[in-house]
Amino acid sequence: MHKFFWLIPILPLLGSALIGLFGKKAGKPAVSALAVGTVAGSFALALFAFFAMKAAPGSRIEINYFEWMAVDTLKVPMGLVFDPLSCIMALMVSGIGALIHLYSVGYMWEEEGFARYFAYLNLFVFFMLTLVLGSSLPLLFVGWEGVGLCSYLLIGYYFETDYAPAAGLKAFLTNRVGDLGMVIGMMALFAHFGTLTVGELLTRSGHLSPELGFGVITFATMMMFVGATGKSAQLPLYVWLPDAMAGPTPVSALIHAATMVTAGIFLVCRLAPLYQLAPITLTTIAWVGAATALFAATIGLCQRDIKKVLAYSTVSQLGYMFLGLGAAGFAAGFFHVFTHAWFKALLFLGAGSVIHAMHHEQDLFKMGGLKNKLPITFWTMLIATFAIMGFPGFSGFFSKDEILYLAYLKSPVLWAMGLIGACFTSFYMWRLMALTFWGEPRDHHAYEHAHESPWTMAAPLAVLAAGSLFAGWWGVPEAFGGHFAVGKFLAPSLTFGQTHAAHGHHEGPAILLALISTSLAIAAGLWGFFSYRNGIAVAEARGAKWPILHRILFNKYYVDEGLEKVVLGPTRGLGNILWKVFDVIIIDGIGVNLPGALARISGDFIAFFQTGRVRNYALAMTIGALALLWIFLK
Amino acid sequence: MLTNWINTHLLSILVFAPVLWGAFLLCFPERQAPLVKLLALLGALGIFAVAVFQMFHLTPDPTGVFLAEHHPWFSVVGLPVDYHVALDGLNFWLVLLTVFIVPLTLLGTWNSLKQRAGAAIALFLMLEGAILGALLSQDLLLFYLFWEAMLPPMYFLIGIWGGADRKYAANKFLLFTLAGSLLWLVALLYIASKAGSFAPVLMTQAALALPFKTQCTLFLAFALAFAIKVPLFPLHTWLPDAHTEAPTAGSVILAGVLLKLGGYGLLRFAVPIFPAAALHYAQPLAILSVIAIVYGALVAMVQSDIKKLVAYSSVSHMGFVVLGVASMTVVGTQGAIFQMLNHGISTGALFLLVGMLYDRAHTRQIADFGGVAKRMPIFTFFFLVVTLSSIGLPLTNGFVGEFLILNGTYTSGFGWGRAIAIVATLGVLLGAVYLLWMVKRVFWGPENPREDSGTAHLHSDLNAREIAVMIPIVVLIFWMGLHHRTFTAHSEAPVIKLLSEAKAPAARPAPLAHAPEAAPHRQPEEAH
Repeated sequence: MHKFFWLIPILPLLGSALIGLFGKKAGKPAVSALAVGTVAGSFALALFAFFAMKAAPGSRIEINYFEWMAVDTLKVPMGLVFDPLSCIMALMVSGIGALIHLYSVGYMWEEEGFARYFAYLNLFVFFMLTLVLGSSLPLLFVGWEGVGLCSYLLIGYYFETDYAPAAGLKAFLTNRVGDLGMVIGMMALFAHFGTLTVGELLTRSGHLSPELGFGVITFATMMMFVGATGKSAQLPLYVWLPDAMAGPTPVSALIHAATMVTAGIFLVCRLAPLYQLAPITLTTIAWVGAATALFAATIGLCQRDIKKVLAYSTVSQLGYMFLGLGAAGFAAGFFHVFTHAWFKALLFLGAGSVIHAMHHEQDLFKMGGLKNKLPITFWTMLIATFAIMGFPGFSGFFSKDEILYLAYLKSPVLWAMGLIGACFTSFYMWRLMALTFWGEPRDHHAYEHAHESPWTMAAPLAVLAAGSLFAGWWGVPEAFGGHFAVGKFLAPSLTFGQTHAAHGHHEGPAILLALISTSLAIAAGLWGFFSYRNGIAVAEARGAKWPILHRILFNKYYVDEGLEKVVLGPTRGLGNILWKVFDVIIIDGIGVNLPGALARISGDFIAFFQTGRVRNYALAMTIGALALLWIFLK
Repeated sequence: MLTNWINTHLLSILVFAPVLWGAFLLCFPERQAPLVKLLALLGALGIFAVAVFQMFHLTPDPTGVFLAEHHPWFSVVGLPVDYHVALDGLNFWLVLLTVFIVPLTLLGTWNSLKQRAGAAIALFLMLEGAILGALLSQDLLLFYLFWEAMLPPMYFLIGIWGGADRKYAANKFLLFTLAGSLLWLVALLYIASKAGSFAPVLMTQAALALPFKTQCTLFLAFALAFAIKVPLFPLHTWLPDAHTEAPTAGSVILAGVLLKLGGYGLLRFAVPIFPAAALHYAQPLAILSVIAIVYGALVAMVQSDIKKLVAYSSVSHMGFVVLGVASMTVVGTQGAIFQMLNHGISTGALFLLVGMLYDRAHTRQIADFGGVAKRMPIFTFFFLVVTLSSIGLPLTNGFVGEFLILNGTYTSGFGWGRAIAIVATLGVLLGAVYLLWMVKRVFWGPENPREDSGTAHLHSDLNAREIAVMIPIVVLIFWMGLHHRTFTAHSEAPVIKLLSEAKAPAARPAPLAHAPEAAPHRQPEEAH
């Protein structure tokens, strides 16, 4: 079986190429079968790989196919690595990916660019699988930039509009800012360790003497984290994710909620033993995560676009994951990736179902009363809402509570930030649910035409709902009598057999903290629900009461406007100055054209005397002779 | 008998066949232009086929030379000049790149030239011969002759077939290059007189015997000529004008091959002949390169003409080449050689694509476009792939080159290596900014509403001929990105040898600026 594992990423690539070349002629059914089939095939193979990995010594299989880069000491193989971390990610990507492909068949059926859409989406799965399975940092980076490309293409899927290409460009460029961090981090690691394959890096870091190289490791891990903030939309590079909602909704579910945006967390986990050696970086990560979690949640409170609410919610939830990582709870942070993938994908697909039913209406203030019209969507989204608010027993409860608990151990302030963010989360989610499904329909025309989605869309919702219900039971924390099985499962990847990465014993009032956070979240949820259950009157009254606060939150703290003024405008200005002043005036004007002009003028001046008339020359000779005479006689 | 002669003169045939074929094509009257085009294409394809067929049958001798021709030629002021051409690891792929790009360009610009097309094509073939001659020369005076021989064809291509401001651009191109090469000629004659020969190996020994300051001066004269060709900031301003005014074929060959001679000259002659001075000036060179990278990118960003944008992107990308050479590491230098190939393919392809767009729309202003993707989906696909290669997306060629150069710079010996490498990464970001921003404005969005807009003139997507031109380029982009060993294996040994000799103790400057009595005698083994 081992010799087929390379097909895990390659199958979707093949699908993408075939669909891209022949999709338009082959027709929609063939495209659908190929797109869903290749991803499902990857999932099946990934399952085999998973069990092979479990049976392998050290829970790790590394297969290198050929040398990709090999110059002097810089050697990078094309290879895949299967360990608990990469296998679980590969299963998530291909599994949830297959579901969302299936959903997309229904969602995109009417679109003219059906084949193009699936070519991109399959390509995305290829790059995402390369990212998680790659055996070296440069190969991980292939996937990293590749998913960025697919994200760019899919956000800009509606390329004939003004806003979608702009959003795609913004996503790509913001991500590239982070990618510079990745490249710099790789350079620093290569200069220090002389290798870029993950296995060797982690092995060599295990033999590091404390006085040597911790500065380098802090620098390198910090730079890698900059990359992570770009891809995983953390402060200050989160700006692209809300705009990314310009893409089709299944794309938002797959790329901008469940898989790609968690790549940053994956990266930190992949290098967890290195991060263990860099306490300063970890503290930074914790604070950035907590700040993002809180900041994005406040913006989510006031948004009217259903997808924007979910986008800011994603930014906020990613912040929780980083908070967990920063508190040295790599397993806890990753566990939240796992649970979040189910319920956030479900929320987006549910939102997509609503938007589909409402004929592309995304404004929450124009929905309402859809509970009975869209029963499957309603019930599945309800489960996801319970999961994301952290209602006991649902998946989000276990993962979020573990993170908050670890944050408390690191600093009570971090815990408080997380707690407030959790209350906001609960509030905006119930606001969203109430505005969508309860109350009177506010747009009667759209309401009349609303209809439940076809089975291709409903079936994935059901599967994801099951995941949102039960995924959390994989990691019941020790405080609740569980074994935190996910931590033990991931241990081979996260510690890489190194002792200094071992976990200390948890101490602290775990049950009490959970009680506080859960009851507060439920209270906030109830408040949100009852404020909006009967329509938007309460909201408008509240907005009128605090106009400035409302405007700031509604306009997302004016960050985009600030960026344009402080970063983009001046950069363009600098480019113009360099061009029009330095190139045109200084180099060309003074350096090139001025000597040219001088040569021409002096030539003209001398040519003035070359008249060709004898009398002029005779005059010149006379003057010259007189001058000589005067000089000699003086 | 004849086969024997051919086999021993393959390189000369490679150099002079295009020149003679071009001269032959000049004899045709203007109304025969279609025939001339066809003959030129067949000739260029034939040269490409012969080169590929022969070169892959060759194995290098122990010194890394695949093929060589060496005859004494004439003497100038007592200095013997040899006709010495050789194909070795350093020029192998650049030669192939040249013979590859020429037929592609001819095919890609088939209908672009309206007036006196035959003469332009003949000049174009002669230019190919001069470039190949320069690449293959092992004797410095021979190199100089071919180097100067590249000027007239390009000068006329720009000056006669160029755009509105062609005369200014052609003069600027000529004067910039001449100014550099005249100083270089003086330095060249000086060091040749010391060495008693124009052979680089003897020059290296002679240079070591000179005072360090003299070595530095000579190195700077060499470097200046090559830096103008690259072109390195602040000597770059001829390039945007030349590119913008030149006909598409001229731009392609200029970006594709001609600029490479600058980086190649640095690597082939300036560094090996004056290793101590090269090490001494490595850091300033690296700083200038990094300025070029960022500067070129920033200026490219604000251009309103697509072709000028691509021209400035050349300044940025070629900055990476010099940075790699200046890093004086094997990784960086290999990256530089690879980046030269990359830039030849990607930027050459960008100029071809811009030419295809211009042939249809008769404008290159970004503001005249918008919504091109809807009208020309195939063109958009190719443009996007080439753009992605140009911004260094992994799995394409651009990434490997930049990654190697950045890592080489980061690990280079000089003091600011890390800082320089970190600043240079900005070029990777800005590359994405200017190219994808342009792509957004030209290809995406609603169609340009103006009636006389460029988009409104786009009635046809790429035809079979144009697709046939783009396919080999796309194949190469991914091949180079996936398996760069094909393209760097040959140059690995020469680069290691070159750098280890350059860094060997014998090449270090004497602490005092005294000329040693005799040149330190160096054994080749010492290098390893």
